[in-house]
Amino acid sequence: MSETALLSLEGVHTHIGRYHILQGVDLVVPRGGVTVLLGRNGAGKTTTMRTIMGLWQASAGQIHFDGRPIESLPTPEIAKAGIAFVPENMGIFAGLTVKENMVLAARGGRFDQARLDWILTLFPALRRFWALSAGNLSGGQKQMLAIARAVIEPRRLLLIDEPSKGLAPAIVGALTQAFSELIADGETTILLVEQNLHMAQCLGRSVAVMDEGRIVHAGMMADLAADRDLQGRLLGLSLEPTP
Amino acid sequence: MSLANNTGGADQTVVLPGPGARERLGRAAPYLSVPLLALVALVLILAQGSSVPTWVTLTVAGLAMGVMLFIMASGLTLVFGLMDVLNFGHGAFITVGAYVGVTVLIWLGSAFAADNVWLNLLAIVPAIAAAMAVAGLGGWFFERSVVAPVYGAHLKQILVTMGALIVTEQLLLAIWGPERIPINRPDALSGAFLVGDAAIERYRVYATVLGLAIFGAMAYVLRRTRVGLLVRAGVENGEMVQAMGYRVRVLFAGVFIVGSALAALGGVMWALYDEVITVHIGQNLMIMVFIVVIIGGLGSVEGCLVGALLVGLMTNYTGFLTPTLSLGSTILLMVVVLMWRPQGLIAVNKGH
Amino acid sequence: MIRWLLSGDVPRQPVLVVVLAAILIGLAFTPFIFPGTRTVDTAARICVFIVLVASYDLLLGYTGIVSFAHTMFFGLGAYGVAIASRNLGAGWDSILIGTAAGTVSAVALALLIGLFSLRVRAIFFAMVTLAVASAFLILVSQLFAITGGEDGLNYRVPQMLTPAFNLGDFLGQRVDGRMIGYYLVFTVALALFLVLLRIVNSPFGRVLQAIRENDFRAEAIGYRTVFYRTAATCLSAGFAALAGALLAVWLRYTGPDTFLSLDIMIDILLMVVIGGMGTMYGAAIGATLFILAETYLRGVMGWAAEATGAIPVLTDLVHPDRWLLWLGLLFILSVYFFPSGIVGRLRLRRHER
Repeated sequence: MSETALLSLEGVHTHIGRYHILQGVDLVVPRGGVTVLLGRNGAGKTTTMRTIMGLWQASAGQIHFDGRPIESLPTPEIAKAGIAFVPENMGIFAGLTVKENMVLAARGGRFDQARLDWILTLFPALRRFWALSAGNLSGGQKQMLAIARAVIEPRRLLLIDEPSKGLAPAIVGALTQAFSELIADGETTILLVEQNLHMAQCLGRSVAVMDEGRIVHAGMMADLAADRDLQGRLLGLSLEPTP
Repeated sequence: MSLANNTGGADQTVVLPGPGARERLGRAAPYLSVPLLALVALVLILAQGSSVPTWVTLTVAGLAMGVMLFIMASGLTLVFGLMDVLNFGHGAFITVGAYVGVTVLIWLGSAFAADNVWLNLLAIVPAIAAAMAVAGLGGWFFERSVVAPVYGAHLKQILVTMGALIVTEQLLLAIWGPERIPINRPDALSGAFLVGDAAIERYRVYATVLGLAIFGAMAYVLRRTRVGLLVRAGVENGEMVQAMGYRVRVLFAGVFIVGSALAALGGVMWALYDEVITVHIGQNLMIMVFIVVIIGGLGSVEGCLVGALLVGLMTNYTGFLTPTLSLGSTILLMVVVLMWRPQGLIAVNKGH
Repeated sequence: MIRWLLSGDVPRQPVLVVVLAAILIGLAFTPFIFPGTRTVDTAARICVFIVLVASYDLLLGYTGIVSFAHTMFFGLGAYGVAIASRNLGAGWDSILIGTAAGTVSAVALALLIGLFSLRVRAIFFAMVTLAVASAFLILVSQLFAITGGEDGLNYRVPQMLTPAFNLGDFLGQRVDGRMIGYYLVFTVALALFLVLLRIVNSPFGRVLQAIRENDFRAEAIGYRTVFYRTAATCLSAGFAALAGALLAVWLRYTGPDTFLSLDIMIDILLMVVIGGMGTMYGAAIGATLFILAETYLRGVMGWAAEATGAIPVLTDLVHPDRWLLWLGLLFILSVYFFPSGIVGRLRLRRHER
């Protein structure tokens, strides 16, 4: 196992009921930057995220985070090890206020004020709706809250599942920029599942493509972006050249 | 680079979204149903030829019964909301609480029977404490051994918890025997206040005050403390709370224990209300508790209070106006509420 | 021929076949093998409860619906016969009218409850049925004029079923009204059980099982789950009512404690789980085991209680009145360790060989 890999999955299988979803996933997420996980619907991307997070138990295989095996740890322990999860449905608590959502995410309920300020500058809407119920936020704002929650404490790995889903292009642009800022310090790595290929290409340094519960391609984003044939074969569409 | 300008355009948040009048009415409606019911009952009682003092007596009785049901039901609704666990054996804690409480009261007989409120309290407080402690311990054991193995399997939960209810009742019968155990309220808790022409039973007033105090305490814990925050978040989306690093299982066990202890408290209060206990009180009350929890909305403490008050009032009003149809009318109430709001009066927004 | 009778649901596991055959033969020849009022009465109850529990298994085991209102339907059938016999006089016509009335009202009530379940979650449904059944019990207890209240109703049955009607001896036993009555109960119960077996092994039954496994999927494939669930509820209620009518004819007495109490509902649950949910044969085994235990185990426990008389708590625990404690524990253990009951366990062993 390479020293630059922050997270590695080896031969991971996951069964949900009778369905064999992950059929031997081998994935390496290098330290720093954004690794994008691409694939069609139903390929198993969300299942992979949930398995890493321990929400679903892997039936076989190993998962190492920073050298430490985490495949049989319970979810709270995995979170405490330094992994944050932003699920597809954002997982924000609609009945709680924005502040309460953030308080839950902060260690011991206390904020690092400087860090909080930085986050609120990144997402000003949250400052505006601080005392209001999170259920009142728009889709884009909820997504921002979900991300803000994930980063209020410095984490080494962020698992982000389809953040751009259902959001307007301008918001997607804002998110893309926010992600760039988040990883700028080099301390945070992001594993991003994203269907929006433009966003994926902007942010991604490494890329892995999933199909039918397995990783069918892994490499650098730049290489994939340059190879039209490969894109066609793997994804059935092409990545646009970076504007 | 600041994104302040970027969030303006496509975000449609130029106008601060606040609840409109219609939404506010929608949210207040469940709370308003309680005085509404009281008002309807007043009209019916007067129409039937009785007087306002009768209505007053019945209303106080209904409120007292309601808060006792609330205390018993609050644990069940939180456990279901938070853990998605159906505890059909919840009534066992009510019965156990009643039995332990009454036994302690009988042991401290002289203090309990004395004519001094403080001496009475000297007996009642330990009785309640003992009842809640035993039930809490039982709850911990129950959660670990009976419930935990069947998390996620509703059918099995219903079956096992019912089985546990039967076993508990049988154990109580083995220890205490099948006879009803009477317990007389001391003078300080008996009798009535006279307000105008209305006789308002003293015990009912105290019970109501205690019940509302407990509701207040619960509301405070839920709204103002970190634990309460975790519970509220957990009710909405337990997975996400775990993914944020909290050991939800420990929280579950805690809520289960508190819920069981509260059920026991309700049992003791009910024992003093009825002045007699049998092994089946838990089972009998469970039907009312279920109705309360269904009407209120699984997982909502406020809903539980409203539901309990409605059921308490309904039972007392119909007990006076149409005794044969008393339980039937409460069921009718439940049907009506479910037609209006299938998730209960104050539904919890389940995030997952 | 046997395959046709059992609708293709032939038990193949040898132990199971032996047990079921024993039950069938035992019940068929009780008046001759185990003569005596008490044994014949026990056998009649077993016949009735096999049908009652099997009808509950249709709902719980095959469709996956938990309901606590089953005793209500049982009672409707019984009270139908009771009220008819009381008011129209003893006779076959009053029995038939009463049975029909009871069954029809049970099915109608089940339809109402089934339609209501559209709007609420399954858990709510279970609680609602509990509440409705309790209300029904209270209602029956209070409508003294019609139902005899808490005391219930005593009534007469056709002359052919009374002990006075004597056809002489056969194989050493008196062939009287009681024996005829017993064989009536036995034959009807057997027929009803075979019909239930046919229902669960038909395409309809298979759809029910599909719905139980994954109603979402069943709906997606195109089955209107609401219709099937409601149909299952109505069928289950109808058979329960018929079982109630049978027992009412046998006992010549109908009362809330015998037909409507929550204890009976719990007994049914115990029988179906211990026997094996979703197997029909489990109902037969569970009912037989339970009723035999209820009648004869208590005797054993009484003996044990006397033997341990000196030890205070122990003697209270094995006192015959506490037999439900042990059955309750067995029930809980069954749910954990043999969720498919005795039948399931036996069938599993066969596959493991």
